Amino acid sequence: MTAFLQERKNQILTKGKDSFELEGGKPSIAGSVSQRACVFCGSRVVLYPIADALHLVHGPIGCAAYTWDIRGAMSSGPELHRSSFSTDLREKHVIFGGEKQLYRALHELTDKYRPEAAFVYSTCIVGVIGDDVRSVCKRVAAEKNIPVIPVMAEGFQGTKKDGYKIACDAMASLIGTDDSKEVSPQSINILGDFNLAGELWILAGYYKRIGVQILASITGDGRVKDVRNAHRASLNVVQCSGSMIHLAKTMKEKYGIPFIKVSYFGIEDMSDALYEVAKFFGDETMMNKTREVVKDELSRLLPALEPYKKALQGKIAAIYVGGAFKAISLVKALRLIGIKTMIAGTQTGNTEDYKLLKTICDDGCILVDDSNPIELSEFVKQTGANLFIGGVKERPIAYKLGIGFCDHNHERKLALAGYEGMLNFAREVYETVTSPVWKLKTTHSHLLATHVNSALR
Amino acid sequence: MLHGSQGCATYIRRYLISHFREPVDIASSNFSEETTIFGGNRNFNTGIDNIIRQYHPAVIAIASTCLSETIGEDVQRLINEYKTIHAGEKDLPAMIYASTPSYSGTHYDGFHEAVCAAVKSLAYAGDKTGKHINLFGNFISPEDIRHLKEITGDFGIDTVLFPDYSQTLDSVSWDAYRRIPEGGTSIAGLKRSASAMLSVELGYILNSGGRNGAVGENNQSESAGEYLQKQFDVPCRKTGLPVGVNETDRFFDLLSSVSGKAVPEKYREQRGRLIDLYIDGHKYVSCKRAVIYGEEDLVVALAAFAAETGIRPVLCASGGESGKLKDTLRNVLGDLYPPDIIVGQGMSFERMESLMTELKPDLMIGNSKGYYIARKMDIPLVRTGFPIHDRIGAAHARILGYEGAILLFEQIVNTILEDKQRKSPVGYKYM
Repeated sequence: MTAFLQERKNQILTKGKDSFELEGGKPSIAGSVSQRACVFCGSRVVLYPIADALHLVHGPIGCAAYTWDIRGAMSSGPELHRSSFSTDLREKHVIFGGEKQLYRALHELTDKYRPEAAFVYSTCIVGVIGDDVRSVCKRVAAEKNIPVIPVMAEGFQGTKKDGYKIACDAMASLIGTDDSKEVSPQSINILGDFNLAGELWILAGYYKRIGVQILASITGDGRVKDVRNAHRASLNVVQCSGSMIHLAKTMKEKYGIPFIKVSYFGIEDMSDALYEVAKFFGDETMMNKTREVVKDELSRLLPALEPYKKALQGKIAAIYVGGAFKAISLVKALRLIGIKTMIAGTQTGNTEDYKLLKTICDDGCILVDDSNPIELSEFVKQTGANLFIGGVKERPIAYKLGIGFCDHNHERKLALAGYEGMLNFAREVYETVTSPVWKLKTTHSHLLATHVNSALR
Repeated sequence: MLHGSQGCATYIRRYLISHFREPVDIASSNFSEETTIFGGNRNFNTGIDNIIRQYHPAVIAIASTCLSETIGEDVQRLINEYKTIHAGEKDLPAMIYASTPSYSGTHYDGFHEAVCAAVKSLAYAGDKTGKHINLFGNFISPEDIRHLKEITGDFGIDTVLFPDYSQTLDSVSWDAYRRIPEGGTSIAGLKRSASAMLSVELGYILNSGGRNGAVGENNQSESAGEYLQKQFDVPCRKTGLPVGVNETDRFFDLLSSVSGKAVPEKYREQRGRLIDLYIDGHKYVSCKRAVIYGEEDLVVALAAFAAETGIRPVLCASGGESGKLKDTLRNVLGDLYPPDIIVGQGMSFERMESLMTELKPDLMIGNSKGYYIARKMDIPLVRTGFPIHDRIGAAHARILGYEGAILLFEQIVNTILEDKQRKSPVGYKYM
């Protein structure tokens, strides 16, 4: 552990060995190869799935290029969100200001694409050169008669998590501005599912079966009109609470809408998510339907999981993901298929999250906040992990060290939420962990030159 | 290390990892609001300290970002101050600085800025001119870098090849995590670049000419070869990326004259096989209308290759704005330059798509970013260049030399045949 950064000692602990609490929410240290991104990234990923909105990045081309269609957030209709529009700021704009460029771009794009709303993301240099993004947005909103929402997410203004909050505020400014949708008395908003690989549609199927209306999905397969009507739902169901809890709290304060925190990964959490909603509405019919759905799904899922569980029993996993709630669900889901988690880390967990994560993990599990490749690779070696669950940036760490990998982040194209997601997850883990390629690493050592002759004899 | 916000380092890592599928460790000096107001010197020093503690590198390369440039950070001064503070310390790494704000130029300009910065920092005048050459291979795949090494090796030319990420970004499976992967151009190699008998640069444009949106003096950038010529009198020869018969012939002729040796038999055979292959496949590609896009020098090379096989480039597009793309294409293609070709510099994908709606091309040749247009128009895309995020093996893509052209031509013909077969109502087994 010699090369670990001393300043990070409160951000790494081993359960059962260290008595202090893991510290989360600290800014990354200069010179560390943090796996985190920036404030802008936080806002961008949260708002991006709103499919009929224009997403315009006010900044140099890099910020837009690197975030162009990076998540597989699916839409059942318009796909305007998949374009990463940029004002393409150049040196001259840095000197003379980029407001005119922004104004022109907004006009041109709203004329061409007729979006329901526009989000304008402010990047690092815009914060420095002092463009008055708010007033340009206000002006275009009046001229074009659509909401044009400034998202003041300059990269240096904090961490990715601050970006989530800014995105929540941007949406809060839309909520409550329309009342035209029909609302059933048993309606919810889904907060914090981004419809990666169509996951929202799986969840929507379950909620439909128990008789619940989804008024707005924020933001997976999102629509501006749904967001504007979201204040009329009876309940907010919040997943990925790191990104969306701020919005849930704002809506509770402003509209008195209660919220519950859920997760859709793994059998337990998925079932809880449905039961909690049924419990909230206090409707016996709904509760019965929920029991039926869970029973029905489990009767198919549990036998299907059995062969995977058998094959994977005793394997060891490393988890390094964005938020702590996902990590908690993953520890449980892995346990269900016989896998023990020995490394659990996140980019954006806070101290409270880590307390909860710690209670769920086994003794000996390494918990880590805002880690980097050097630490993660060292932990993998120490724990003898067979599987790494993370995102694209963690993939080469796993592969270079010769262990399986499962993408639980942006680039996955396989639904992992819900009951069918659990089966997909087990299958994916099985396919990577039991692949014969890992054996090739260790089974053959080439003959040394001196032995070649004797071997030929 | 990137001197700026955390996101700049992370996004670039993610982008490069998706292409090369290798670890790419890039640190950030991690600006906060306070750093932005009061300057980045503390973050800079802490960042360098922490990199040294974790990685023990021989060289640290530092690139600026929009943020550090805009608040007026003088990175060279920060380096000098760091060196002064730590003067006399053992194993102090060399430091290379490239100015790379995203608002000035493209990723291709940044690439060449970094190449030149490395040479500027490390090149050291020797007593006399050596017998070696510098080869600046441009932004090519690790496999193509290996092929360049094979070629210069077969000519017996002592070569300093830079940059050489043929191992670092395409390494073997490891037993233990390597903080810094093995391979790469040695520092000693870069030092002696100043005493080379010749520099060869692959690419006619590189970072010359205009830069997107630059203000004031617009032709200030120089390439590594130009710098060495100016500073150390090392003559510099530019030739195109050797893609296809004609451009590869030029490259081999140059190597022949440098080494005083005839082209080895092995390559003459490869050339023969390539031409034989062109003939076998010419009817599949003849008069096919192609859109070619990517970095300017790649576009020139691919267009030269396409044109000599009978493919007609109808749109050549690049995000770069050197102002030289059209003339270079005209010069390189010569008689094969199509009179009705559209050459677009500083072009966005949106603009490219709208032009393509008119042009109705038969295929696209370029990176993964154009896939959505190919999909919409239901035409095949031959993936080459950077980035390739939706296929594996980007590191092994070969286009250079006669052999590279064999693979590229086969890839193009087979892509066209696959498309034709898929769209045909009859499931032909012979094509």
